[in-house]
Amino acid sequence: MQDIQFNFSAESYDVIIVGSGAGGGMAAYELTKAGAKVCLLEAGQHYDPADPQYITQLKWPWQSPRRGASTRFRPFGDFDAAYGGWDIEGEPYTTAPGTKFAWFRSRMLGGRTNHWGRISLRFGPDDFRRKSIDGLGEDWPISYDEVKPFYDEIDSMLGVFGTNEGLPNDPDGVFLPPPKPRLHELMIKKANRNLGIKTIPSRMSILTKKINDDRGECFYCSQCGRACMAYADFSSSSCLVKPALKSKNLDVIYHAMAREVLTDPQTGLCTGISYVDTKTLEERTVKARIVVLAASACESARLLLNSKSPRFPNGLANSSGVVGKYLHDSTGASRAAIIPMLFDRKRYNEDGVGGLHVYSPWWQDNKKLDFPRGYHIEYWGGMGMPAYGFGWGIENVNGMFPDRDGNKREAGGYGAALKDDYRRFYGAYIGMAGRGEAVAREDNYCEIDPEKVDKFGIPVLRFHYKHSEYEKLQAKHMHETFEQIIHEMGGIPLSDKPGPDKEYGLNAPGEIIHEVGTARMGNNPKTSALNKYQQAHDVKNLFIVDAAPFPSQGDKNCTWTILALSMRASRHIVDLRNQGKL
Amino acid sequence: MKRRNLLKSIGLTSLGLAGLSPQVRAAENIIAAENEGDKKKKEPWEPYGRTESEKERDARLLSEQFFTPSELTTVAVLADLIIPRDSHSGSASDAGVPAFIEFMAKDKPELQTPLRGGLHWLDAQALKRFGSVFTACSQKQQIEIVEDIAYPGKVKPGMSQGVAFFNLMRNLTASGFWSSQIGIADLGYVGNIPNQWTGVPDDVLKQYGLENE
Ligand SMILES: Cc1cc2nc3c(=O)[nH]c(=O)nc-3n(C[C@H](O)[C@H](O)[C@H](O)COP(=O)(O)OP(=O)(O)OC[C@H]3O[C@@H](n4cnc5c(N)ncnc54)[C@H](O)[C@@H]3O)c2cc1C
Ligand code: SF4
Repeated sequence: MQDIQFNFSAESYDVIIVGSGAGGGMAAYELTKAGAKVCLLEAGQHYDPADPQYITQLKWPWQSPRRGASTRFRPFGDFDAAYGGWDIEGEPYTTAPGTKFAWFRSRMLGGRTNHWGRISLRFGPDDFRRKSIDGLGEDWPISYDEVKPFYDEIDSMLGVFGTNEGLPNDPDGVFLPPPKPRLHELMIKKANRNLGIKTIPSRMSILTKKINDDRGECFYCSQCGRACMAYADFSSSSCLVKPALKSKNLDVIYHAMAREVLTDPQTGLCTGISYVDTKTLEERTVKARIVVLAASACESARLLLNSKSPRFPNGLANSSGVVGKYLHDSTGASRAAIIPMLFDRKRYNEDGVGGLHVYSPWWQDNKKLDFPRGYHIEYWGGMGMPAYGFGWGIENVNGMFPDRDGNKREAGGYGAALKDDYRRFYGAYIGMAGRGEAVAREDNYCEIDPEKVDKFGIPVLRFHYKHSEYEKLQAKHMHETFEQIIHEMGGIPLSDKPGPDKEYGLNAPGEIIHEVGTARMGNNPKTSALNKYQQAHDVKNLFIVDAAPFPSQGDKNCTWTILALSMRASRHIVDLRNQGKL
Repeated sequence: MKRRNLLKSIGLTSLGLAGLSPQVRAAENIIAAENEGDKKKKEPWEPYGRTESEKERDARLLSEQFFTPSELTTVAVLADLIIPRDSHSGSASDAGVPAFIEFMAKDKPELQTPLRGGLHWLDAQALKRFGSVFTACSQKQQIEIVEDIAYPGKVKPGMSQGVAFFNLMRNLTASGFWSSQIGIADLGYVGNIPNQWTGVPDDVLKQYGLENE
């Protein structure tokens, strides 16, 4: 196993980047391309999906003694390409009484981009100016037009499939051809056409066509969550850090858990990072002219808040007091159904790409609804590879349907008739999940827990997060929509429709894993931590390129925007250096 | 899969030009990993990309034993009642389900009490009704008890704990059976192989009155 990938070893670097996920990988790529000598600190281990020692792709369920069931180490299943999870040994976080937050972390090169869903949605013009539209939250200090060229560039450079639809707030892009819908997706499209719910090809960073010699083409195994050995899906490790290493301008230090950003008490500028070597538990420092944080939104806030000094008593870049505040995750609610029309269906390989081939972007006008922000719908279904959990809960389903001869059946059962039920129902389940925008609020935040430290002695985060009525009413609307779609398809919803006692089925905050907003950008240094180039108002050689700078989330998943903005911020760093301003 | 077929299935037939392609490297990786698997045939599990902490934990779990031999026999009898051999495929125990349930009990310790407790609930029932433990009962007697716990929609008084246990056994058995080599062949899952997806086949479209779009 590699601990360090050194191209050179410097006394002092031009730039240190903390974290190698979406934001950090892009910064490493851009800055090394411009000739900067960069040190990338990564708390986790090396990872390469094409190295046989890591490969889980194309394995069979029986190769895992637990048949792919989840473990503490792999919460999304035994073959998933995430090392880490909700609950990492020795790295706790806490929640304030009466509030909830779930925090998913990956400790590996590429962070959470090795196994992410690859749903790559750019924000639309309205997503940058929600306050101007509905008076809630805050506008961004930048517009869609300022970000569009970067979205276009990453579309071509990293590859994303989709279709240009001319939608006002789900802008066109530079798309590769999308895969054709699967059978259940055609049925969903048909139902949604009748209901007026726009349903279009999904937009995912998967190469349905070759884009360069370093990456292969998708061979439709449906397993992007296991990370692709042909590099046909986007991950920061394979598509950004790997090429950056080739530039010879990058050193990567693994097992390097940043503790604090170091500053010069006289100038107030950052001078480097102190970190713990997680293997030897030694304390180390590394120096640089510029520091770029990309440890993920909450972890970057933690680093700032833990970097207290007499000059920065509230933590670094926090004279405004906003660091940690305005934390928000996408909302989520979901429902499954069974479609009798699909019983006993013909078998063929419909694995397709790793995830949905169609989705529904937000199709309504919030001015006419009782909640302010929209959501999109993601769909699943089909004849997938069986694994742990297959057939689970059949006793809730098989009693609903007469047998093939039309006789009424008792739910549950055993023996040959039961065995046949599994065959009959295979591929007849579908599901849908709403992913929406929450309104960013000052009183949803993370702070340093006054008592607890992790195993490295680094004070941990304490979360305070509650859903507001806006999110609950949005989830209620999601479930009403889900039932309409299911009924229009001739399906039967499984499980009961969640009511107000269950917050209408809203996932707990953090569970959708799109947490953003903890060091928001803005033009006013009193109400924001960063300027519109993600540079700290208080410390000019400090930048943040993960999702911490987002003033709002959009009804889109956040990663494509992290990438575009990290590219933009990195180019700005290069410009400032060239102008002698850094 | 044979190397040639693999390369063909991902659209590459000659090694010459394609020698640099990540796809060919990918194919070679699969083959390397499979050869590695052959070498380690004696290991209970083929390597599948484990981290150090996972290797340690799995080795420990595999060295432990949870069920007693007689408990494991009961598990096997129940599993085969739930998924018996039929004209399509073998039974749950043919597919290794008892060993899988043994492993899951160690992997998910929250299953231990419901499983062990359920097995002993079952024996107590059998003793009360027929004077011997479940596995020593005749098949007719076993079925009589199973009939009382297999239908959650019509639970007789005093049987609800047995129903909950049987639900768990049914679900574990199904998971273990259908994710086995025998189960996957029976189910007709034909993916997990490099291919080209070109849309729903024509005959299927016709069957459902749909069109590719
Ligand atoms: C299952 C799943 C599915 C997802 N699907 C989608 C999707 O479809 N679309 C989408 O847009 N988003 C999706 N996401 C979210 C997406 O993964 C994240 O938005 C994205 O990875 C965030 O990038 P990042 O650079 O901010 O942080 P990360 O990717 O989390 O990377 C942070 C890196 O920093 C390292 N690090 C952390 N702390 C320290 C420290 N103190 N010192 C040194 N290094 C440190 C970590 O080890 C990690 O490698 C999904 C996430 C998950 C878990
Ligand atoms: S679906 Fe395509 S991109 Fe995703 S892992 Fe499989 S081959 Fe790679």
